[in-house]
Amino acid sequence: MSAVDDLFAQLKARGEKAFIPFITAGDPSLETTSRVLRSLVSQGAHMCEVGIPYSDPIADGPVIQASYTRVLKDGIRLEQILQMLRETTPSLKAPVLTMVSHAIVYRRGMVDYVEAAKEAGVAGLIVPDLPVEESGELQTICRSADMSLIQLITPNTPPARTEQIIAATSGFIYYVSVVGITGERQSLPDELVKNVELLRAKTSLPICIGFGISTPEHIRMLAPVADGMIVGSAIVKRLSKASRSDSQDDSKALEEVEAYAKTLTSALASC
Amino acid sequence: MQDSPTVPNAAGRFGDFGGRYVPETLNPALDQLANEYAQAREDLGFHDHLNDLLQHYVGRPSPLYHAKRLSAECGGAQIFLKREDLNHTGAHKINNTLGQALLTQRMGKTRVIAETGAGQHGVATATACAHFGLPCVVYMGEEDIRRQAPNVYSMKLLGAEVRSVTSGSRTLRDAINEAMRDWMASVKDTHYILGSVVGPHPFPMIVRDFQSVIGRETIEQSNRQFQALPDVVVACVGGGSNAAGMFYPFIESSDVELIGVEAGGRSDQSGDHASPLTYGKPGVLHGSYSYVMQDEDGQTCDVHSISAGLDYPGVGPEHSYWKATERVRYDCCRDQDALQGFDALAKTEGILAAIETSHAVWVAMQIAKERPKEQRVVVCLSGRGDKDTAEIARLRGEDGSSGNGT
Repeated sequence: MSAVDDLFAQLKARGEKAFIPFITAGDPSLETTSRVLRSLVSQGAHMCEVGIPYSDPIADGPVIQASYTRVLKDGIRLEQILQMLRETTPSLKAPVLTMVSHAIVYRRGMVDYVEAAKEAGVAGLIVPDLPVEESGELQTICRSADMSLIQLITPNTPPARTEQIIAATSGFIYYVSVVGITGERQSLPDELVKNVELLRAKTSLPICIGFGISTPEHIRMLAPVADGMIVGSAIVKRLSKASRSDSQDDSKALEEVEAYAKTLTSALASC
Repeated sequence: MQDSPTVPNAAGRFGDFGGRYVPETLNPALDQLANEYAQAREDLGFHDHLNDLLQHYVGRPSPLYHAKRLSAECGGAQIFLKREDLNHTGAHKINNTLGQALLTQRMGKTRVIAETGAGQHGVATATACAHFGLPCVVYMGEEDIRRQAPNVYSMKLLGAEVRSVTSGSRTLRDAINEAMRDWMASVKDTHYILGSVVGPHPFPMIVRDFQSVIGRETIEQSNRQFQALPDVVVACVGGGSNAAGMFYPFIESSDVELIGVEAGGRSDQSGDHASPLTYGKPGVLHGSYSYVMQDEDGQTCDVHSISAGLDYPGVGPEHSYWKATERVRYDCCRDQDALQGFDALAKTEGILAAIETSHAVWVAMQIAKERPKEQRVVVCLSGRGDKDTAEIARLRGEDGSSGNGT
């Protein structure tokens, strides 16, 4: 059991759904990332997803890509990100996941990465470029470390593959709302709710939905069928306005993120 | 394609290398492609159609030409050139794009995307798409658009849309990222014609198979022209498609030395070259596990080459496998040496080779110098150099109004 499993068990008992914000580690600075994590949790985030910047993120749209490029340009290293998490997670009343490319996990060494993440207080991993066929070794390592390995299912995943992915997943299923890359979208596909209901019939794992979610309307549309909603680009975009040198500017962006998170958590509370 | 490959296995592994490291969204399309290809290779009609195009549209077989004056200048072994530069569109790339365009049609997909570095694959894709009446979008790094302008305009004339990629290093690697992102959203009706033996399974296998016509013809021509196999075969390696196509039919002929030439750039310092097999480590990039230039965190390093087509931090997984099994030796050639290879071939044989190809020419010249006259060195002359003349003039300060002796 990881902290992710505990969280969903508690939410289920209370009949609540999870709000899961995504932010890029180190954008605009590691110090700000730490502050934003604490602030998002105080605004009602149930779990946080931290993106580990990668040079070649093919599943990400322009907003998250650009944030990764900024952080790498600043020379921020994986070890510094883990250090920030190590200092931040003990006081955080919500589990933290890392979204990380397999290029990074492999280079660090799978065992080593899981150990280091665990030690930094990370409860689960999302490795978006590691499909189920390639994930066997990492699954074993995560299982023995009580770390959730969250796998993704997309609208074009065939039924047989869906079963295979469900069997290999721990923590929750990350259901990708659209066939495409990350980024805010005005409207979500009409068949999304039905797709999630169909998936629900196949698994007892919690199902969280990500990609494109950005408005209170989206939250209200999905809360009845999902166990959680992941919001990334909309938050990363607001943080991108923070200056990398001016702390006053930084506070303004932070306030904006807080206000935005509040609109989503109140939408969730009203469901 | 008649060859039944022992590698890759069903999971796309060449030994430890290869595999499929892509977002879930792309997996169904890769499965569909693998299935369609498996059916096509058993379908005589498919082979007939492709062979007919290769003969009448591309102009195959391409000659195996004895470069006597270049050989004499080197004073050693005889150098032969496999003239892929004489193919329609001026490079080996068309062998693959026609094959994949046929697969596109078989899958019932109605739109094509591609990445390009030097623009040769972009032109070859635009050409195949014009031939089949398929709309085509080519992603190309802003830096490459600058240094390969003639090919950019050709693509437009052929009806393709060229999209400038301004992220990252603005070269081939970023063009692949952008094409993959397009494919993430368009996968239902779009086929991605990947231009090299890189990327997730089944691309490295499919591209190798379509390019293997190069090596098969070379074997046949060698037997006919000099009643033996070559002693040495040399090809340049960026992603490695011309080399894979040339080497693959020779793999079992262990007496034939195979030498792949990476871009040595300015120096052996990281960032100054594009030689992952020489200086890199195995890691994951663009969907497969292979040698790559990465830092300690797994971030892809910037690389440099004078040639846009070799300016790539990764390499096809089968090359990593051939390196690990020591079947192929990998060497690298500096920018300045490639230019010397370019000049030597131009002046002794009247052939302008692509700057990518010139890397292999220079290494072949060095090998020829050390070998007896009876030996034969075959170079895969993968592409023609017209696209590079303006950039070479710029590098030599011979562009603009000062005149350059014409």
